[in-house]
Amino acid sequence: MIDKTPSNNNSFLNDAGNRALIFQILLLALVVFVGYYLFSNLQSNLDNRGISTGLSFLNEPAGFPILIHLIEYTEANSYGRAFLVALINTVVISLLGIVLATVLGVIIGLARLSNNWLVARLATVYVETLRNLPLLLQMFFWYFAVLAALPHPRESFIFADFFLNKRGIYSPNPIFQEGFGFVIAGFVLSIVAAIALIVWAKKRQTKTGLWFPAYWSSFGIIIAVTLLSLVISGFPIEFDLPQKSRFNVTGGMVLPPEFVAVLIALSTYTASFIAEIVRAGILSVNWGQTEAARSLGLKDSLTQRLIVLPQALRVIIPPLTSQFLNLAKNSSLGAAIAYPELVAVVMGTTLNQTGQAIETIGLCMLVYGSLSLSISLFMNWYNKKMSLIER
Amino acid sequence: MAIEFKPSPSLPPPVNSVGAVAWLRQNLLSSPLNVFLTFFSLYIIYLLVPPVIEWGLVNATWSGSSKAECTAGGACWAFIGVYFEQFMYGLYPEEETWRINIAVILLVVLVATFAVKSVNKLYLSIAIMVVYPVVAYILFAGGAFGLEIVETSLWGGLFLTVLLGVVGIVASFPLGVLLALGRQSNMPIAKSVCIVFIETIRAVPLITILFMASVMIPLFLPEGMNFNKLLRVLIGITLFSAAYMAEVIRGGLQAIPKGQYEAADAMGLTYWQSMILVILPQALKLVIPGIVNTFIGLFKDTTLVYIVGMFDLLGRIQAASHDASWLGTTIEGYAFAGFIYWAICFGMSRYSMAIERKLETGHKRN
Repeated sequence: MIDKTPSNNNSFLNDAGNRALIFQILLLALVVFVGYYLFSNLQSNLDNRGISTGLSFLNEPAGFPILIHLIEYTEANSYGRAFLVALINTVVISLLGIVLATVLGVIIGLARLSNNWLVARLATVYVETLRNLPLLLQMFFWYFAVLAALPHPRESFIFADFFLNKRGIYSPNPIFQEGFGFVIAGFVLSIVAAIALIVWAKKRQTKTGLWFPAYWSSFGIIIAVTLLSLVISGFPIEFDLPQKSRFNVTGGMVLPPEFVAVLIALSTYTASFIAEIVRAGILSVNWGQTEAARSLGLKDSLTQRLIVLPQALRVIIPPLTSQFLNLAKNSSLGAAIAYPELVAVVMGTTLNQTGQAIETIGLCMLVYGSLSLSISLFMNWYNKKMSLIER
Repeated sequence: MAIEFKPSPSLPPPVNSVGAVAWLRQNLLSSPLNVFLTFFSLYIIYLLVPPVIEWGLVNATWSGSSKAECTAGGACWAFIGVYFEQFMYGLYPEEETWRINIAVILLVVLVATFAVKSVNKLYLSIAIMVVYPVVAYILFAGGAFGLEIVETSLWGGLFLTVLLGVVGIVASFPLGVLLALGRQSNMPIAKSVCIVFIETIRAVPLITILFMASVMIPLFLPEGMNFNKLLRVLIGITLFSAAYMAEVIRGGLQAIPKGQYEAADAMGLTYWQSMILVILPQALKLVIPGIVNTFIGLFKDTTLVYIVGMFDLLGRIQAASHDASWLGTTIEGYAFAGFIYWAICFGMSRYSMAIERKLETGHKRN
């Protein structure tokens, strides 16, 4: 008879399952112990230093000004309001940056693939320069070297009704009069009509094969209807034009230099990464696909739009998502040039005034965490929509 | 009498299909759009390059002791010359900077010995990873062998930048490997600890981690126990970059076919043996570009320590540009810093391409 039990290898510790169990119990114990240890230290430290805890500070008056605020804010407002202002600043710069970086990145990525030697070289130089320089350096460059070197308000550069000087970019500020609701209604209605047209054209094409220039005509519909509603309601819009006074420029809408510097630096820097992603994505589509499309008689623009881009997008979207996330996180560098975003307001000023490090830093991490999460949820949804449907 | 057939010599190809002319026609002027783009690019080059050369080289002032002496209208490189020591070593005492130089030379020599075939690689690795850090620390900080103590708050400039970068890279790599293995393991608790750590860190910007390191860590330590700010920031940078490293390496681990894992198991290798001997060498080779990209990102991110009040290369330049006698030299400072950062990052990316080619053992398809 064969002895089934191995003679000396059946000790408890030689079983892989048991060992994994023991290791994990030890790990868990370590994590719990370290967590408890840090927490108890924290409590005694907070008690000793007399730092209050909890989020009640959010209701107290902040007492510091914030230069850039898109919602009403004064020094008398609460920390909570200041937090909201900073949050909006962060979100606005992230979204604008994402849009600009994507547009610029796609252009430069395509330029690198151009069959024009000079254009391709210029794009390469752009990418290799910008992505090998620290973002903070680029922000400092735009803020302290370029924008600070602009002339005083008295000698502003002027293009039509736009003024450019040390204090920022001044542009006409639209003021909406009564009856503008009519124009908005017309605009919304035209968009609905355009979408309906595109859906109808697509359906008809799958059914009958007949093609209709849906995109161009819907573009025309939107422009025409909006203009028409503007005319009918008698142009219910006025512009507050910036005026040049003796020492300053007054009126109009101002884009402060901090905002401009952060936006330029963020979008040009991220664009250099996006350009590489776009280039790699397009190169990943097999050349045979282009040849097949050509032999089917598609012209070059249709080959790109219908054959190459949809396949390239599948490769492009996941790394693009992480670039968007990076951009949103990198917007925190604005703190270094006094753009009042989340880090500057909450982890800078609020932390200094209240001393509540745990709450403020925790709040910031929470916000960035949810910002990252929402961007990646959106991009995952888009990715799923674009991905190859396999059997 | 046979008539000999004598072909006339063949004509040269048309002028516009070979040589420079053909190249121009094909690459720059092939269509109206391309003609436009070519001239547009030339215009951009014309706008950018001559002024920069004029400013940086032709009209530049190379020596002097204040901005007032830069009268040529171009760049004032004298600023860099005067502040060079500070940009390199921060506020490290001038008579002690030889210690930094020696440590750097020592490192270069040690790394260069890797190229010598007869040297035992294991001993050399131990020398670099274990002995060298101790020696370098004693050299930098002093306090032993009659070396004067230099507070870490005086460390700065390019020295601090490189220190943060190198320590961050060296420490984050093994941690990243461990985290990646943990995330891929089939032990639920180990796996979830790793996932929580990686995802938390990847969700927040580095600045928050650095603020945590500089403001929050003291709150979590027992009364009276506190450690150096430089060390706290180093821990922050290392943990941050380890999380990114872990994700890159996980990509490599996932790309290894299951057969490799099974084969290693079938050979009777233990977990660590199979990882170290079979899986990791293949996985890491696959993700060299990603790893080096993370290193480059980490090196660029070291500039953020300026925000928590440490003066690395960029911080020193920022501080020096506030000097009253050198006002208006910010661009020169940024150009200098930019050149150094660019050279290091670009060098790293080219080096990674070289390693990739060297380690390429697969069958190239094209």
